[in-house]
Amino acid sequence: MSPPLEHDYIGLSEISTMESSDKFSSSASSSATVAEDADDRRRQALNLKETELRLGLPGSESPDRKEKVGLTLGLLPKSFVSGAKRGFSDAIDGRAGEWGFAGGAGSEGELGKGGVSFSPRGEGGAGGQHSGQGSAGKDAVAKAAGQEKKAPAPAQASGGSDRGIAPAAKAQVVGWPPIRSYRKNTMATNPLKNKEDAEGKHGFGCLYVKVSMDGAPYLRKVDLKTYNNYKELSSALEKMFSCFTIGQCGSHGIPGRDGLSESRLMDLLNGSEFVLTYEDKDGDWMLVGDVPWEMFTDSCRRLRIMKGSDAIGLAPTAMEKCKNRS
Amino acid sequence: MREGRSSEMSDEEPPGGGGPPPPFSDQVLENVLESVLQFLDCRRDRNAASLVCRSWCRAEGQTRRELFIGNCYAVSPARAVERFPRVRALVLKGKPRFADFELVPAGWGAGFSPWLAALATSNPWLERLCLKRMSVSDADLSRLARSFPSFRDLTLICCDGFGTVGLAAIAEHCRHLRVLDLIENDVEDQGLDWVSRFPESTTSLESLVFDCVGCEVNMDALEALVARSPSLRRLRVNQRVSVRQLRSLMVRAPQLSDLGTGSFGEGGEVGEGEGEVEVADLEAAFAASRSLVCLSGFRNHAPQFIPAIYPVCANLISLNLGYSVITAEELEPVIIHCHNLQTFWVLDTVHDEGLQAVAATCKDLRELRVFPLDGTEDSEGFVSDIGLIAISEGCPKLRSILYFCHGMTNAAVVSMSKNCPELVVFRLCIMGLRRPDRLTGEAMDEGFGAIVMNCKKLTRLAVSGLLTDKAFLYIGKYGKSVRTLSVAFAGNSDSGLRYVLEGCPKLQKLEIRDSPFGDAALLSGLHHYYSMRFLWMSSCKLSIRGCKEVAQRLPHLVVEVIRDRPEKDDDEAIDDGEAVETLYMYRSLAGPRDDAPRFVKIL
Repeated sequence: MSPPLEHDYIGLSEISTMESSDKFSSSASSSATVAEDADDRRRQALNLKETELRLGLPGSESPDRKEKVGLTLGLLPKSFVSGAKRGFSDAIDGRAGEWGFAGGAGSEGELGKGGVSFSPRGEGGAGGQHSGQGSAGKDAVAKAAGQEKKAPAPAQASGGSDRGIAPAAKAQVVGWPPIRSYRKNTMATNPLKNKEDAEGKHGFGCLYVKVSMDGAPYLRKVDLKTYNNYKELSSALEKMFSCFTIGQCGSHGIPGRDGLSESRLMDLLNGSEFVLTYEDKDGDWMLVGDVPWEMFTDSCRRLRIMKGSDAIGLAPTAMEKCKNRS
Repeated sequence: MREGRSSEMSDEEPPGGGGPPPPFSDQVLENVLESVLQFLDCRRDRNAASLVCRSWCRAEGQTRRELFIGNCYAVSPARAVERFPRVRALVLKGKPRFADFELVPAGWGAGFSPWLAALATSNPWLERLCLKRMSVSDADLSRLARSFPSFRDLTLICCDGFGTVGLAAIAEHCRHLRVLDLIENDVEDQGLDWVSRFPESTTSLESLVFDCVGCEVNMDALEALVARSPSLRRLRVNQRVSVRQLRSLMVRAPQLSDLGTGSFGEGGEVGEGEGEVEVADLEAAFAASRSLVCLSGFRNHAPQFIPAIYPVCANLISLNLGYSVITAEELEPVIIHCHNLQTFWVLDTVHDEGLQAVAATCKDLRELRVFPLDGTEDSEGFVSDIGLIAISEGCPKLRSILYFCHGMTNAAVVSMSKNCPELVVFRLCIMGLRRPDRLTGEAMDEGFGAIVMNCKKLTRLAVSGLLTDKAFLYIGKYGKSVRTLSVAFAGNSDSGLRYVLEGCPKLQKLEIRDSPFGDAALLSGLHHYYSMRFLWMSSCKLSIRGCKEVAQRLPHLVVEVIRDRPEKDDDEAIDDGEAVETLYMYRSLAGPRDDAPRFVKIL
């Protein structure tokens, strides 16, 4: 059936320059309208849209989306060509300065009695902007104060991958999902466990993803939240997998038969012998490095270090996905 | 009236003359009735019996020992106590359920004091009390402890207003206390050492549940208490109790059948000469607890201790890991032994694989609850339709499920409806607002439709995801046994609510939020509201006008409009066209309550 119109059912039309999609949790879906000026937002909206992964059903996209996509193509480095193998380091170097806005400029201030609790979020994006569209009587927000809020992220549009930017505060609907406050309080006060085992379990603020490598006998897990950018991730992975060779496994720290060392592995990665790919929320395999770091950590389900030869014909990258849908 | 019978009775006179005159025939009748009726336990049967005639009503009232009041405002305390003067056990429920999710402002009501006052003055035989979502003060608890000499069982669920001071009063003055169960209450930490207040002698304690009490307890006192409570079968400690301390308790109470393990991790003071507990010692303690069938806690567990519970897994009927951040890898070696498990609560951190492991082993599973670690709508999902299908295929006896997920498919829900015909409670929470079927993009109408169609015993249903009026059409058409329905962010028009109000004859509790139902839909239920315990509608499309009309047409309904602007002058005339933020209405014999706060307007 066709998706329902994405209207706030009280009849207020949604006014949203910062569209959030279901897949896209790091976008500033919170009520960040007052805190930033319009320019910032537009610029951020540009960047967000270009990389937004949406279930864009025909006719459901906002009219201005097509142009934006075209515009931002130019921002990408030239090495981006469909199907091309790209070394991981290409991705890193090409990107360093560009993603600093971190999509997370959302301050979660509710604009006083703004309507955080009311924005409908239809499928496939164009979801509610929790702006001051709050309907009359949405003072439910007043009692929402303090509930389910993440620490407000400073609104920065600066470049550089700034670790200080917390993941975008997602504006929350009061009392949704229906989890008893007792449970929320209990879970919140549980201290994060000390993990002697680096491959420990989940908890607040951890984002463990499995990393597999072709030819390796077992998986590893990394906590994406402990890294600030692609460079850090890549060196961590290199350390983790340096004992493995293609089709062989040396013991930890001891170079394998081919004399692989850390630097050799790096060479491998950089020289496109291996490519680092990840599976995103849609289940598609993408090359690592296309999207802003925060976006990557939010959509990355697991990682796979793939042989370069296997990477030909890889699913289109995020950019392509966007393009194909517009 | 049974005139014929009473004349028969009057023929029976005691032999011989000069004795006392025969009892008045009606009185004899009632005495006989009472003797018979005291065997009736089920409150629904009793309600039916009381409707036969006045004398039956009286007799039933005299003999009712257990009183259940689902809405504390439905009847006045005085009236309840007058009709049921010999009640031994009382269950009282207060605030609407959505108060758990911060949708009811503080100070709304449901105070226990008036009930306590009525009971204390006229019914000293009270033995058992269970309060849910009521406000209970320390003074109340203190009075409670002193007013009822035979008082034995106190259960408080989701209550607030009291702290360790009240607990101390209970411990100290209820000399025959058997049960002190504190479940998910908001307990104030006043620093009082209430555990030390229990009588020094052997106690009759059977159940002590205090996992919601946040403050530390005196472990020496607790150990001593456990040691002198030979009848203790249930003990659930709070997360301040370390695994080492837990072990000390366990060795003193090997007869326990129900254990709440507290943190199950390190921490707590390590006394002089004591080392950290060894896993082997802990395992020995579990092995010695041969009666243990119910396990919970694990609030902050250390993974190395989990294997200690292996000895009891095969006996477990109930396992609550709902506060325990545990992965599939950690769960599997535990669950594989739990063949007899009937109740399982867990966090979604176990993923679909974890649920598959559950489905593979727990063939007797009756109740499953999967809670989200991260309740935000957009966070990465941990369980999905895959887990649901696995459970449906592995656990055909399933009766009750509460499942939080981020994505779901109609196919999975349909599959559950077909594989689990015993379902009585189906609560699915797709956390993203109005999420469609994650594979087909369709609304979730067909899935929930299948549930009401195929699960003939279904009495409680909570829906979520993208739902059109069609879903409600199905519910109205097939949900003939549904008593409780929870709706959020669903439906297209008034028709949705109308289908339900017109189609579900057994509906008693209806709670709706953020759905486009307006006055016309509200008015379509007038024929039914007296049969319902309550109706809650928040952030819908109601206006004062519609609510007023209901209030006028149904005088025994209390129609509360709850606003979020407490500072507004409550004398201010309300505009009929004003939108109603929250409507909470319920039938009542007591009329409008006199303790309504300023933000509540009773129409």
